[in-house]
Formats: sequence, structure tokens, C-alpha cells
Amino acid sequence: MSAQREPLLPYVVAWLVLMLLLGLSVLSAYLDIGIFHPIVNFGIAATQAAIIFIMFMRLRGRPSLKWVFAAAGFFWLLFLFGLSTVDYATRTGFPTQ
Amino acid sequence: MRSLQPEPQYATLEQQTETAQLGMWMFIATEVMFFGALVFTYFLYRTHYWEQFRLTAQDSKILLGSINQAILLTSSLTMVMAINFGKEGRQRLLVLLLLATALLGLCFLGVKGFENFEDYQSSTVPSVNFLLKSGYHPPTELFWVFYFIATGLHAVHLTIGIGLILVLVWLARRGRLSPNYYSPLEVVGLYWSFVDTVWVFLFAAIYPLGRAAT
Amino acid sequence: MTTVTADLPASYLTKEHTIASWLLTSDHKRIALLFFASITFFFFIGGFAATLIRLHLLNPAGTLLQPDMYNRMFSMHGIVMVWFFLIPSIPTTLGNFLIPLMIGARDLAFPKINLASWYVFNISGFFVLFCLFVGGVDTGWTFYTPYSTLFANGYVIPAAVAVFINGFSSIMTGLNFVITIHRLRAPGMTWMRLPLFVWAIYAVSLVMLLATPVLAMTLALVALERWMGVGIFDPQLGGDPLLFQHMFWFYSHPAVYIMILPAMGVVSELVSCFARRPVFGYEGMAYALMSIAVISFFVWAHHMFVAGISIYAGIVFSLLTFFVAVPSAIKVFNWTATLHKGSISFDAPMLYALGFVGLFTIGGLTGLMVATLPIDIHVHDTYFVIAHFHYIMVGGTVSAFFGGLHYWWPKITGRLYPEMWARVAAIITFLGFNLTFFPQFILGYLGMPRRYYTYDPAWQVWNVLSSAGASILAAAYTLPLLYLGWSLFYGARAGANPWRATGLEWLTSSPPPQHNFPRTPVVRAAPYQYNPADGSYVAQDGSSNA
Repeated sequence: MSAQREPLLPYVVAWLVLMLLLGLSVLSAYLDIGIFHPIVNFGIAATQAAIIFIMFMRLRGRPSLKWVFAAAGFFWLLFLFGLSTVDYATRTGFPTQ
Repeated sequence: MRSLQPEPQYATLEQQTETAQLGMWMFIATEVMFFGALVFTYFLYRTHYWEQFRLTAQDSKILLGSINQAILLTSSLTMVMAINFGKEGRQRLLVLLLLATALLGLCFLGVKGFENFEDYQSSTVPSVNFLLKSGYHPPTELFWVFYFIATGLHAVHLTIGIGLILVLVWLARRGRLSPNYYSPLEVVGLYWSFVDTVWVFLFAAIYPLGRAAT
Repeated sequence: MTTVTADLPASYLTKEHTIASWLLTSDHKRIALLFFASITFFFFIGGFAATLIRLHLLNPAGTLLQPDMYNRMFSMHGIVMVWFFLIPSIPTTLGNFLIPLMIGARDLAFPKINLASWYVFNISGFFVLFCLFVGGVDTGWTFYTPYSTLFANGYVIPAAVAVFINGFSSIMTGLNFVITIHRLRAPGMTWMRLPLFVWAIYAVSLVMLLATPVLAMTLALVALERWMGVGIFDPQLGGDPLLFQHMFWFYSHPAVYIMILPAMGVVSELVSCFARRPVFGYEGMAYALMSIAVISFFVWAHHMFVAGISIYAGIVFSLLTFFVAVPSAIKVFNWTATLHKGSISFDAPMLYALGFVGLFTIGGLTGLMVATLPIDIHVHDTYFVIAHFHYIMVGGTVSAFFGGLHYWWPKITGRLYPEMWARVAAIITFLGFNLTFFPQFILGYLGMPRRYYTYDPAWQVWNVLSSAGASILAAAYTLPLLYLGWSLFYGARAGANPWRATGLEWLTSSPPPQHNFPRTPVVRAAPYQYNPADGSYVAQDGSSNA
């Protein structure tokens, strides 16, 4: 194991960006954007998650098996969300027919 | 310093530490499915009870929630710094930053506890004192059921994380972490940052649903 | 005085004798035996519940058990058999024992997690036994809401907690296998040289890892709703009870593939060895295992056709269910093709494997029937469905489990079992099984509902036949306990490779030494290099054997 000194600056920058995004998300709560709220909020959350994964959890460098495992859960959730929607989008009178 | 031998099934220590990280990533995938299933229920109900969820979410304590997210994001930074110092063999800074991370985690729990007290004051605790406000319909209680279950489970995971960090402090004090072997730091760091990520998504689900005066 | 390990050479069994050396072991082989003890115990608990059910159903008036007790019986039978026997069975016993051996490793990637998995399993077992002793749960193994959350009479929370904890054991085991297979293969053991049993365990572990967390969340929500009196499935709040079913079956359908995939892996090992032929279409078989694992996640709502989902959802899920049958059928064709022009010997493992192929085919074909919307409207919640899944899980998985148990018995224990008794047991199992469950297809077709404590007297003859079959099956399952137990003390010593098979596990002694191989093997050959003409074979380390 090498004991190279790794610079901390990239992590501090990542932290700053994350805080900024938090501020943006809070700000958006007070804007009248109606249907765009979930898109903005979850879009910001996904961006923050990506920064945390790539920077803090070191998902950088060459693509590797770690990337596959990191994506696996999110990808698999698409099936739960998507195929359930086949039912929920076509049922009338939620929650029962 | 103890001699560092890999376990018998590993050819090298590097193979062992790489494999440990891979194992934690796999575990994280299972946690994504776990919390994801709960978020699925949230999305379902939010889609169908759009206006009710927006209305009742205004009773969520956005200031406290934001402070908590800031706390956790900072704790992820201190954790990464701790790992870096551990890799360099700077034991004192390692322990200091691990303790800072744990302390920030405890602050989160403290703020959350206060927030739950405020939630109680607002009569938004299902099964305990939930009051249907005038103009609100029953699905508003669904939002709060999700809120308490999601943040409760998150708090359990965070508490486990604090425990793991204290174990790391103990390992460091016993001289079991060094530039030649810091695998536990990395593995716990992954778990900690993941718990942070969960909060990022829960925040988006709970607080900023729409507080513009309509 | 003879002991189990008398006249056996030094091995993982003889290494240390203390109880602590067993309860605190990190050796995957010992952990496999610990799991074997646990799942056998629960098999008999679940079997006891089944015995009471079949005795009760001898009489259409249903007087043996009180109605409420009958409900608790079939619930406990399902819960115990699914989570405490079938799901762990092959992976935690044969999987734990064989995976490192088959890939040339000295242990699994995370031995301590492996041991922890066993303890977690037993903790969950404690909760389910507690639930049993205080009176059981009456929701069926499926815990449907709003009955389970708001109205059930039994002990839902202990049962849900038991299964929740059990899920952790599944996840730990699956995680260990996936990482081990990725990272600890011996030099030369490429993915396409892996035995199909390893592929099967890999596929099943992926399913365990991705599906079980959803079950954990679902049951946690049920338990919380029952405890707090309010929850997300509550219709009074605008919640959707059907949401529970979506989430429950998102796990529980893949779960049935968790139960069958390892069995398919075992069958590939047995059929090739006892037909002395390579498995036909090895790559196709590996892809079929992975396809089954993936597609199994897309079909869950076929359990909900008449529950209230939209007709469009029914159509989509019915179509997807037809798709999942394709790779399963490919496997049946390929096993059959493996037998073609083989040099077949009918040792007990082969009898179980052949039984599997036939019974799985019947189970699978009837699965297509219930996947068909118009048919399912009539047979849903009848004995037709019960017969369908028992053909797969008992005729399939349990047969393969017994086949694998016999096949690897010499490797695990260093003893040979008595062949004649084993063949007798295999045949009795096959006959008893069919007598138990084929009449249930007829009963379902005639309209007998499942989970009812009484039935129309016109159906009695079929129920009596089924119960008679069950008694034969009970004897057939007890027989191996007796002769396998006997063999531990008096069986002949087994050599390293009594079946003349090609896998790496046969290159080391029977039983293996603690760290499996004196030196890490180097793999030079694909698996199943059998020659049917003269029975010779090439082992995976490249050595030729006449």
C-alpha cells in the first residue's frame, strides 16, 4: 500500500457543490413551479447522490465491477416502479377499481 | 505492528481489501432496494394524492431538515478526510476526524429528535396524535406515515454507522490501522456516505414539495 | 466403539472435536453441516403441519382441526417450508460446502459472515417457533392486507419479524456467494468453465440480493401497521391494499426461482455424470439460468390476476410469464439431449435427477396453464395451483436436493451410502409424490378451493388418495434419515472420486482437508468432459482418466 498524499481540495469542492445544491433545493420549495417540484427536487437529489458516489465513495477511474454493483440497485428499482405502473396507470378509481 | 497476512482464501492482502470493498458495494445495492421499495410507495401515493401531499408537507420542518442535510454532508467530508489521514498514517488526525464524524452523526440525531418533538406539537404523528386539519383529507396521514417510517429507518442505519465509526476509533487506538492496512476505514466510509445519500433522497421527498403561496 | 470419524483420515471433520470448534468455525464445510441440521429440523416441522392438514382433509366435514387451527396450520406449513427449508436448502448446505471446492478456493470470501448467517437464521427460527408455540398466524404465508394488518386473529408480528430476520440470512449468504464466485476462482477457472451448479448458485444469489430487501420492507410495513393501527396499506387513509401484493410478490415470485435454480444446477451435475456425457449446450444452460433469474422479476402480478389489477396489467404480466417459461424449457430439452446416446446408470442420484426432469416438466407445463388468464380465472385459489407449485418445489427442488445429497454424500462424509436402500427410497418418493399431488390437479379442476377447512363430499375420494400418497411420501423422506445415518457409522470408506466425475471437488480427499486443497489447483479443462463410449473422463485440472 502506498502512502501517497492525496489532495483534499477536490473533496472540499465537492462538499461546497453539495451544499449549494441543498440551497437550490430549499429555494425551489418557495417557487411556484407546480408539477416541476418533484423533477427539480429529485433531480437535485440524484445529482447530489452522483457527486457523493463519484467523489466521496471513489467511484472514479476505470469502470469496474464496483460500478455495476453501485448501479444495480437503482437499475433494478426501475422494474418495480415501471411494471407496477402498468397496473396503476391503467386502473380507474384508485385505489380500487 | 502486527504482521499483516491475508486470510487463507486470499492470495494477497490487496485482493482481500479489494474484495471487502466489493462486498460493501453489493450490500449497498441491497439497501438501495430496501429504501427504494419504501420510496416506491411514496411515489405512488404522491402521484395519486398530489395536492394533499403538497399541502401537508408544508408542516414539515424544512429548516431543521436542511440543517440535518448540511450536517450529514459535512460528516461525509470529515469521513473522507479521516480515510485520507489513515492512509497516510497520521493517526492523531485520523482519530480526530473519526470522532468529528461520529459527533456530527449524533448532532443529526439530536436535531431529528427535536424535529420529532416539533412534529408532535404540530399534531402530525400518526397513531399518536394525528389531527386532520380542516380542508385536509385522510391521505395526508399517509405522507406522515411515510415520513416517520423513512426517517426512523434512516436513523437506525445512522446509529449503526456511528457505532461502526466508534469501532474504527477503537481499532485505530489499538494500532490496527496503518498505511499498510486501512480496509475497515474504506468499508465503513462507503456505508457512511451511503447513509448520507439516503437522507439526500428522503429530504427531496419530504420537505420541498411546494410552499409557494397559491 | 465406532464413531462417525473412525478410520477416516485427517479432514475438516477430524481437525478439532470441541463444540466450540463447530459453533465458532469459519470453515464453509462445517457451516454447511450446521445449516443442514437447521433446515432438516424445520423440514420436519413443516412436514408435521402438512401431516395434520392431510389427516384433517380425509374427512369432508373437516372435524380433526378447528377451522381457526386449520388456518394456522396451512399458514405455518407455508411459512416454515418456504423460508426455513426450501429457500435455504440447497444454497446453504450444498452451496456452502461445494462452491469453494468447485472453483478451487480455500473458503468463501467472507467466512465470518457465513457463520453469522447461520446464527441469524437460527434467531429467525426462534421467532417462528415462538410464533408457533403461542398459537401461530392465520393469514397464509402470503400475509395479505388488510386482513394481516387490521383483522387477523393470530400472531402476525412475530411471524413477520421471523421472516424479516430470515431475510438477512439470505442476503448474507447470497452476498458471500456472488463475491466469492467473482473474486476467488482458481487460475484457469474462467466463467465459461464453471460447473453449472456454480452458475446456478450465482444466479440464485443475485436474485436473493435484489429481491429479499423488498420483502423486508414490505413485512416491516405490515408489522408497523398492525402495531400502530395505522399504515400505508390502510384503505381508510386512501391506502391501497393491493400495493402490499405488488410489493410482496415482487419478492415472492423471484423467491420461487430462488427455490428452483439451485436444483437445476444440481440436476446438470447429476445428469452429465450418470449419462457419462457433457451437458448438451453448456453455454445455453448458463444463459438460461441467468435469463430465468432476470425474467423472474418481471412476472409477479400473475399472482394477482383476479385480485383487482387492471386487465391491461393482467395481459402484460401473462405475456411476460410465458417468456420466463422459455429458458426453463430450454433446460429440460438440453437435459434430455444430454441423456441421448449416453451411457446411463441408474444410481440413486440419477433416479432423483430423472424424477426431477419429469416432475418439473409437469409443474412447468401447468405453470403455463395458470399463466393463461382465462384458465387462471377458474383455477386461481384452487388445488390446481397447489398441485402446480408442489410439483415444482417438491417434485423438483426436494428431489434435486435429495439427489445432490446422495451424490455428494461420499465427499461430505467420507462414507458410501447403501445403494439399494437409496434406490428404493428414490422410487418410493416418486410414487408417493405423484399419488399425493396428481389428484390435487383434478381437485382444482373440479373446483375445490385452497385454504378451506371443509369441502364438497363428492371430492372425498381424491382427497383420500392424496392423503394416502402423503403417508407414503412421509415414509420415503424418513428412509434416507435412517440409512444415511447408518452409513455415517458403518458405511464403506469412500475414495476421492467414487463417481468418476470431472469437477474440482473430486480431486481432493473424501472428506476434504480443512483448507480444501493441498495446493491451489490450476484449471485446464471445461467441465463435464465425459466420454460415453468407454466412461472415461478428463477432470477439470486436465488429468485424463480411463
